[in-house]
Amino acid sequence: MNEVKNKPVAYYPGCALEGSGHSYDRSTRAVGKALGLDLVEVKDWNCCGAMEVKNIDPKLQTYLSSRVMSIASDDMGFDQVMAPCNGCYHNLKKAEYDLANDADSVAVTERLSEKAGHATYKAGGIETIHALDWIKDKIGEDGLQSRIKKSLNAVKIANYYGCMYTRPRHIFPEKDAGPGSESTSQPHFMDDLLAAAGAEIVEYPLKTACCGGAHTLSDSDTSTKLVINLLRAAEAAGADVIATECPTCHSGLEMHQVRAEKRFGVETSVKIVYFTQLLGLALGLSAREVGLHENISDSLGFFKEKGLA
Amino acid sequence: MRPLDAIEARIEALAASPDAAAAAAELLTLGEEVLEHWICAKDEAPTQAKKEGFRLLALHRQGAKDVPSFNACRETCRELVYHHNLIIMQPGHPETAKRLRMAGLVANHLYLFVRGKLEESQLGEFCCSSKPVRSDAAGDNIGEQRGI
Repeated sequence: MNEVKNKPVAYYPGCALEGSGHSYDRSTRAVGKALGLDLVEVKDWNCCGAMEVKNIDPKLQTYLSSRVMSIASDDMGFDQVMAPCNGCYHNLKKAEYDLANDADSVAVTERLSEKAGHATYKAGGIETIHALDWIKDKIGEDGLQSRIKKSLNAVKIANYYGCMYTRPRHIFPEKDAGPGSESTSQPHFMDDLLAAAGAEIVEYPLKTACCGGAHTLSDSDTSTKLVINLLRAAEAAGADVIATECPTCHSGLEMHQVRAEKRFGVETSVKIVYFTQLLGLALGLSAREVGLHENISDSLGFFKEKGLA
Repeated sequence: MRPLDAIEARIEALAASPDAAAAAAELLTLGEEVLEHWICAKDEAPTQAKKEGFRLLALHRQGAKDVPSFNACRETCRELVYHHNLIIMQPGHPETAKRLRMAGLVANHLYLFVRGKLEESQLGEFCCSSKPVRSDAAGDNIGEQRGI
């Protein structure tokens, strides 16, 4: 690995990874360490503006996300900030787009930044990447394959990306950019990395379909039915595990899998696991190191049976 | 256009149909009817046009106009077309039954997503639309109105 690729990146965990998605934070940090990739947490980071702020005042959301980018670039000197949460990743990308294309957003951000007493973030100051980009770019499939200690070859995986990783397309100019780039219609970075770790990837037609997250408080039955459908489709595709890369989707799948049984009597057995947890196991980390015990979906017995935990 | 409950029941019934080709064609029609519900709810007339050879895709495009979050079911529509094509073009394939089951699950996801949005149309705006360049329509700049 060359020096540029090994360059540390700013790490923006966001609020979900301090709460319900803590195992994603734990496994992301553990995988980074195992791969020799340095993460430096953004100092005094704030909410990205998801989801409530954006629905009420999108320009305020743009400002909130811009503050995170301002700290990471202007104060800490980074040129990349990595956000594993799809909501944070999406919002930072959206803010970047707004600040490059909308004069009103720039004006609001300038005014609020001045009031808050920090440098105004300028579009182009830092590149926002996802945890998938981070590992794909810094390590790649070949690099990952050479570091695998326990192949995932006994595990069939359906990769679930959710809706925010690729939509709307115009805020992700680096995607759909030819060979090697991520696709917004058929994302594959998670498929590529987990296949490199030895897993059998099943065809999963609902990989970017709605998880029902937006309905979860106001219309829980709709969320549960959407999740039942996702779980059934994964099982019909032959998957043992659904790999996730979004804490909202992950929590929704886990919680509504339980609710599906209680509310509708629908039982499913597919396990729900963050892709970083799967990579961590493949890199020889323990179940505890990747936080399997923090998931609601109990997969420990499954991974023990497969010799991975 | 059948009522939504009837569409849901029919999607489920078709999953185990012995005539996979007919069932795949009907699932596509059911998908169109689901989208017709959405478009009618917006006081528009559902298009009869086709996009890439399929009315379902033209209806989706119509339904997503001015509602970016409706693109969250774009790939679901395309997957329904894809599975329909697999079944129609390879009728003797050993995985036809599995493909039909998957087509049914994809159609059901489209139904559930649209039904959810019909009930609470503003929900879901956070996750897949973002509306990057907003107009100054009422309510868009609440922060500014409050002087922050």
